Amino acid sequence: MFSRPLLRFFRDDKKIPFMRGRYAGLIASAALSLLSIALFFKPGLELGLDFRGGIVVEARTKGPADVPVLREALNKKGITAAGIITFGAPDDVLIQLETPKAGADNNQETQRLVDRVRQTVGAAQPGAQILRADAVGASVSQELFRNGILALLLSLGMILIYIWVRFEWEFAISAVLTLVLDLTKTIGFLAITRIQFDLVMVAAILTILGYSTNDKVVVYDRVRENLRKYRKMNLRELLDLSINETLNRTLGTSSTVFLAALPLAIFGGHSLSGFATVMLFGIVIGTSSSIFIACPILLLLGAKRLRRDAS
Amino acid sequence: MIRYNRFTLLGVLAICFAGLLLCVPNFVRQAPYHLPWRQVHLGLDLQGGSYLLLQVNTETLSSDRLTALEDDIKHSLTDAGLGYRQFSIDSKTRTLHFYPRDEQEADAAFKVVNDLPRASPDEFSVQRAQARIEVALNHQVLQMRAREAMAQTIEIVRRRIDGTGAVDPQITRQGEDRIVVELPGVSDPERIKALLGTTAKMTFQLVATAGSARNVGGITMIPAADNSRQWPVLNHVEVDGAALTNAAPVIDQQTGQWAVSFSFDHRGATAFAKTTTENVGKMFAIILDNKVIEAPVIRTPITGGNGQITGNFDARTATDLALMLRAGALPVPLNVVEQRSIGPSLGVDSIRAGAISLLVGLLLVIVFMQLFYGLFGLYANLALIANLVLMIAILSLFQATLTLPGMAGMLLTLGMAVDANILINERIREEVRNGRTALAALQNGFDRAQSTIVDSNATAFLAHVMLFAFGTGPVRGFALTITIGILTTLFTTMVLSRLLIVRWYAKTRPATLPV
Repeated sequence: MFSRPLLRFFRDDKKIPFMRGRYAGLIASAALSLLSIALFFKPGLELGLDFRGGIVVEARTKGPADVPVLREALNKKGITAAGIITFGAPDDVLIQLETPKAGADNNQETQRLVDRVRQTVGAAQPGAQILRADAVGASVSQELFRNGILALLLSLGMILIYIWVRFEWEFAISAVLTLVLDLTKTIGFLAITRIQFDLVMVAAILTILGYSTNDKVVVYDRVRENLRKYRKMNLRELLDLSINETLNRTLGTSSTVFLAALPLAIFGGHSLSGFATVMLFGIVIGTSSSIFIACPILLLLGAKRLRRDAS
Repeated sequence: MIRYNRFTLLGVLAICFAGLLLCVPNFVRQAPYHLPWRQVHLGLDLQGGSYLLLQVNTETLSSDRLTALEDDIKHSLTDAGLGYRQFSIDSKTRTLHFYPRDEQEADAAFKVVNDLPRASPDEFSVQRAQARIEVALNHQVLQMRAREAMAQTIEIVRRRIDGTGAVDPQITRQGEDRIVVELPGVSDPERIKALLGTTAKMTFQLVATAGSARNVGGITMIPAADNSRQWPVLNHVEVDGAALTNAAPVIDQQTGQWAVSFSFDHRGATAFAKTTTENVGKMFAIILDNKVIEAPVIRTPITGGNGQITGNFDARTATDLALMLRAGALPVPLNVVEQRSIGPSLGVDSIRAGAISLLVGLLLVIVFMQLFYGLFGLYANLALIANLVLMIAILSLFQATLTLPGMAGMLLTLGMAVDANILINERIREEVRNGRTALAALQNGFDRAQSTIVDSNATAFLAHVMLFAFGTGPVRGFALTITIGILTTLFTTMVLSRLLIVRWYAKTRPATLPV
């Protein structure tokens, strides 16, 4: 019954002249990335507990949470909370505290503070359950941040080297430049949406990079194949042809990944929906940059070397 | 291409079947006996529990050793009839120095210090600059001791946690000076934090009395456990907690209050007997982590090797103290630098959210593939389900820990898994369009897609191996599932779905392909 495919994105003989819009694509992308960098400095990222250090206590109260009562109870115990908010359901309350000043000795104090918050919440709202209580010391958070950034840079380096070895340096440079553009936009997206930047988000960004690379490699693979196949075709036409030939695959795969991540954004609960939302954004960005950014950069870099004889 | 080996088919089916079997333990509660029963562990975020990151403070090793050395030197000098002045300890350079009472005694003092027993031949070196005598600890020996202390600390942490009856605790070393403690099911780790935050270094020292000859080692004021007063305590340690062989919480027969009874090993019992015999009528301070728990007067010599501490205990503090004394003192203090605890209800919520997302995601991908790729989409979907099964099987085989980000990783793998099939199908379609026969199109499609599939997966694989190597906690779980997912994907798409399609072709021999 389902023997033949019912749907298709594009007819196979479609010839869209993508390269005609190369400057528009590059300028738009560069502008968005610059804007993102500006957003990174102001207002900046909403650093999560992992990287900021501090205390987060999540509680579920019996009945709707009474934020003023909680605040007052905490104040009475000499605890000034940086933020008390309800999230999701009205009975889920999130209490955030600054960590005592940085320094090894304050770790003990941080730990005691967690216990005091636990007790106070229990006393102020009888029947309240502590869902989660996290405390991260300042030195640990700095280390986590460093490791996160290190993992990011190393991954980019590995991708660069791999593509360099398997393809040519023009491909590697264009891919990594495109990835940097993708990365900056993702950071801009994080700054706008105020989704917390934590360890899980580093994983999300790395996944986006991995996915985006995967996408570019498929297109580049076809470019390389066509470079051998059509010795006389000029690079611009050749890139257009390659993109068109792989277009159905590019859209097909991004659709399935998008569809797989979508339920996570909807049902994932607040700890994973942020992650999934960033993923969805990254899939759209990564797919579009495979078409509109990676190939135009390759065209600019490789116009002389990859196709010297035909212009 | 069209000839496939019957054994290959059997092999592939066997792998899939084995995968299915390996998944079973995750869904069945009780193991039938004799069967190897391996299942995926649920991470703390899915079952509730606590995660503690402890920092070991090895700095104290050198300063403790220097303080002990100072005490030893003073005693030996006094015993040899020599005097001294201006003792000072520099913990940064790990040295201590002092001056003899007068320069004539410098040689003798040097000899005394140089003859002191060392833990190892090169533990410290003694130098003389004119009258000044300097003792420097060897850095390498200290480092070795720090490593030993770390191993010992982990052992003691394990014993203390086991003593609380925590179920299935995981204690692992992380890096040079960190210990990770994971406690499934413990969502309020307060008691365990208190247990681990206490060094439990117990010593028995005499309380100073005016004019005592033993005052040579110096006197330190030590606060009482309830901070009610300060005790002048002789620095010399008569017996320490390492000599304890057992400790238990008991109810004191006379007062009816909680107490901790203990017994010494032979060495400790001898030393204890000697001290109590020589000091009848004096006060004996029992000191725990630099607080005087109690200071009873020695009425009669205690030679039996047993004793009792009657501090101000209740049932729990007595139990915990006994537990700590039994487990031994931590060689170095521990600091909790990171603490995460998740309540059980949040874990249940998370599992449900993850499972729903996984199912809905799977369903959406299946529908998409069916609509866009027809029959070959169906084969891709069969491979996709096999992929999920194999992923769970491998995770079970390694008894890996499944976390919330790990579930996200599985979901993403589901999305990416069909990529290889899409690549193959698109290739076949191109070949058909270029006028190849059905067989040639199949053959070329598979062959040509292969290098693309390898390239695209290899980059993703590398990125996630990096992530696994440098990531911590949740990130690692995520990277692990994706890395495994990439491997199972290569198998299910390149081998399984190919086999299914080849079988279909061999059976039906169609003139045109349904692409």
